[in-house]
Amino acid sequence: MQKFLTHQGIAAPLLRVNIDTDAILPSREMKRVSREGLGGSLFAGWRYLQGVVKAGNLDPEFVLNQPAYADASILLTGQNMGCGSSREFAVWALKDFGIRAIVSPSFGAIFYTNCIRNGVLPIILDEKQIADIATEVVPNPQLNQLSIDLQHSQITTPNQQRYSFRIEASYQQMLLNGLDPIDLTLQLQTDIDEFIRADQVKRSWAHANRPIND
Amino acid sequence: MPKPPGLTLFDKIWNDHTVERGEDGSYLIYIDRIFLHERTGSLALSGLESSGRTTKNPANVFCTMDHIVDTKPGRSDNTTTPGGKEFIQVTRQLANQHGITLFDLEDPMQGISHVVAAEQAIALPGCTMICPDSHTCTLGAIGALATGVGSSECEHALATETLRFFKPKQMRVQFKGKLSPGVTAKDLALHLISTFSATGGSGCAVEFAGPVISELDVEARQTLCNLAVEFSAFTGIIAPDDKIINYLKNKPFAPKGQAWQTATKYWSTLQTDVDAKFDHEIEIDCTEIAPTVTWGTSPEQAVSIEAVVPHPDSTDLASKKNAINRALNYMNLSPGMPITDLPIQAAFIGSCTNSRLSDLRIAANILKGRSIAPGVKAICVPGSTQVKALAEKEGLDQIFRQAGFEWRESGCSMCFYAGGEGFNSGDRVITSTNRNFEGRQGPGTRSHLASPATVAASAVTGYITDFRAIQD
Ligand code: SF4
Repeated sequence: MQKFLTHQGIAAPLLRVNIDTDAILPSREMKRVSREGLGGSLFAGWRYLQGVVKAGNLDPEFVLNQPAYADASILLTGQNMGCGSSREFAVWALKDFGIRAIVSPSFGAIFYTNCIRNGVLPIILDEKQIADIATEVVPNPQLNQLSIDLQHSQITTPNQQRYSFRIEASYQQMLLNGLDPIDLTLQLQTDIDEFIRADQVKRSWAHANRPIND
Repeated sequence: MPKPPGLTLFDKIWNDHTVERGEDGSYLIYIDRIFLHERTGSLALSGLESSGRTTKNPANVFCTMDHIVDTKPGRSDNTTTPGGKEFIQVTRQLANQHGITLFDLEDPMQGISHVVAAEQAIALPGCTMICPDSHTCTLGAIGALATGVGSSECEHALATETLRFFKPKQMRVQFKGKLSPGVTAKDLALHLISTFSATGGSGCAVEFAGPVISELDVEARQTLCNLAVEFSAFTGIIAPDDKIINYLKNKPFAPKGQAWQTATKYWSTLQTDVDAKFDHEIEIDCTEIAPTVTWGTSPEQAVSIEAVVPHPDSTDLASKKNAINRALNYMNLSPGMPITDLPIQAAFIGSCTNSRLSDLRIAANILKGRSIAPGVKAICVPGSTQVKALAEKEGLDQIFRQAGFEWRESGCSMCFYAGGEGFNSGDRVITSTNRNFEGRQGPGTRSHLASPATVAASAVTGYITDFRAIQD
C-alpha cells in the first residue's frame, strides 16, 4: 500500500454536495479489468465537453482544467463525497490523476474505506472550515498551497491557519507505514480458525456449504 | 450486579461474528457469504491473483453476471459495453479457477446479485454477507447483516473470510400507522430519504421496524432495505419473522432437514430486545404518505406526486440551495411546476430495487388492457432469470408486450449507463431504479425515481402520473 506521511500541494475547490462515484468515474470509462490508467477519465462528464474523453476536448470552465489548478493534488468538496456506487475505480482514477488527499465534511462510507486502502487521505473538516480554506487558496492556488501532516493529523494553510482532523488510529498507522491490511489479518489466522471451529458448533447451519475438514 | 442492557438485532449478529477486537476499537468480523459480479468482482479476484493469494473458502462464495451482460434476447459474451467482454470472460475464468459457484449467462439462477442472493437463499438471517456493490444492504430484508464494500475489501474477505470494521452507530426507524392503498415500500423509502436527507443514516446501521414493516411482504422489504445506502446507512436490517422463514423454506441454498430446525430456532432469537437502546430513533406516520417521485438528481430530492417542483428558497442551507439550482438546471425544471405536468420519453422497470415478481405483477395490473403513450420507449427487465420465468408462466410478459413494453433478459441493464445502451441525452425517464444522479442512465438523461405502479401509469399517459388517477 502507498504510504502517506506529509504532503504539500495545490488544492482545488469542488464544493458540490453529494458528488457520487458515477460522477468521479463514469461506468463507461471502466473499460479494462485493471486498476491503472484511469486518471484521464476522472470526472469525465464534468471535465470534458459533452463528456467525451479525448485530447483537446477539455471544458475550460471546469476547475481542474483551469491553469491556476494545474497539478492540483488536494480536493476540497461538499458533504457526502463519494456517495453512490462502491466502485473502487473512482479512487483509482483520483489517485492516477494525482490526487493525494480529499477534504470533505462527510464521505460515503465505502468510498472512505476505498481511499484508505489506496493511500489517498480522506480528511473530515466542517463545511465552514473548508470554505475558509477555499477562500485562502482561491486568490492564488499555485502559491497558496496546503500542507498536510498525517502524523499530527493537521492541515496548515499559507497563513499558518492550522486545522486538526480526526482519523482512526489504525487507519493513520496503516497509511503512515503503508501496511497491507490482508497481511495484518493473516497474522490472526489461528484466531480466525478457532472462531470458525466454535461457530461451526453454534451455527452449524451457516456452515453447511463448508467442506468437512478432518 | 445491574442487568446488562438489552441488545439490538444488529448487536446480536455483530457479537456472534466478532473474531477479535482490535486495540483501536475495531472489530474483526467473520463473513459468512461473499457475492461477486463481473464488474467489480473481477477486480477483486484479479487482485487476489496478482498478490498470489487464494480464496479461502470458495464454498461460501457466489458470483453472477449482471452489470455488463446484455439484456437483449440472444445475448452472448459480446456486449455493447466497451471492454465488457473482457470483464465477463475474466470473471468466468477466475471464478472457475477459484472454485466459486458461478451463475453464468445461461444459468437459470442468473440475475442481479441482490435479487439472486435472496431468492436462492444465499443470504440468510443472522449471517454476514458482503458484495463489492453498494446495494448489498438489500439483503438486510432477510435479516442478514449485509453491506457493500470496495474491490480491495472484497479481496480481503476472499483471502481471510473476515473484514475489519468500526462498529456503526445504530438507528431505528419505526414506520407507524398504515400505508394508503397502492403506496409501496419504494414510496416509503423515498419519503424517508427526502424527509431526513440523503445523509440521514450516515454512519448508522438502520433497523426498520413497526407495524407497517410487519405488513410488508418479503420482496417489498428488499426494496426498502435496498435504498438504505441512498440514506447513507452502513446497512438496513429487518428482524426475520414467519414471512421470512416461509420465504426461505426449501430454497436451493437454504439449510435443509435438521440444519433447518437448528437454523429457525436460532433465527427466532434475532429480535431487538425491548430494553435495547439506539443512538438515534425516528418515527414516521405512514398514513399520509402519497406515491412519491424524485424531481432532482439525488434520491433526497423527492416529493409527493401531488406536489410541485420545489423552490431553492425552500432551504436556508447554502449548499442545499446550490444543489437545488444545479438539479433544476440539469433536469430542465422550474420551481412550482406540478410533477404530473412533466412529459416523459421513456419508462424503465427493473433493477435490484424493483424488478421482482411482485413488482412486475403490480405494473402488469396497471398495464393490462392499456397501451403506452405514442413515442414513449418502455422497457421491462426482470431482476433474475427465475423472476422472468415465473412472470412468463403467469403471462405477465404478454401484458407488458401488448402494452408496448420491451421484455428483456435479466440483468442491471439501463439502471446505469456503462457506455453501451442508454437513454438519450435530454430524455426524461420514469424509472423504478435507485439512482437519479446526473448521467446515471445515459449522458444528459433525466431520471425520475418512482415505484413500478407510478412507472407503469406514466408510461400509459406519457406524463408522470398518479396511478390512482387512472385506476378504475
Ligand atoms: S440493478 Fe442497478 S443498482 Fe442494482 S446492482 Fe445493478 S447497477 Fe447496481
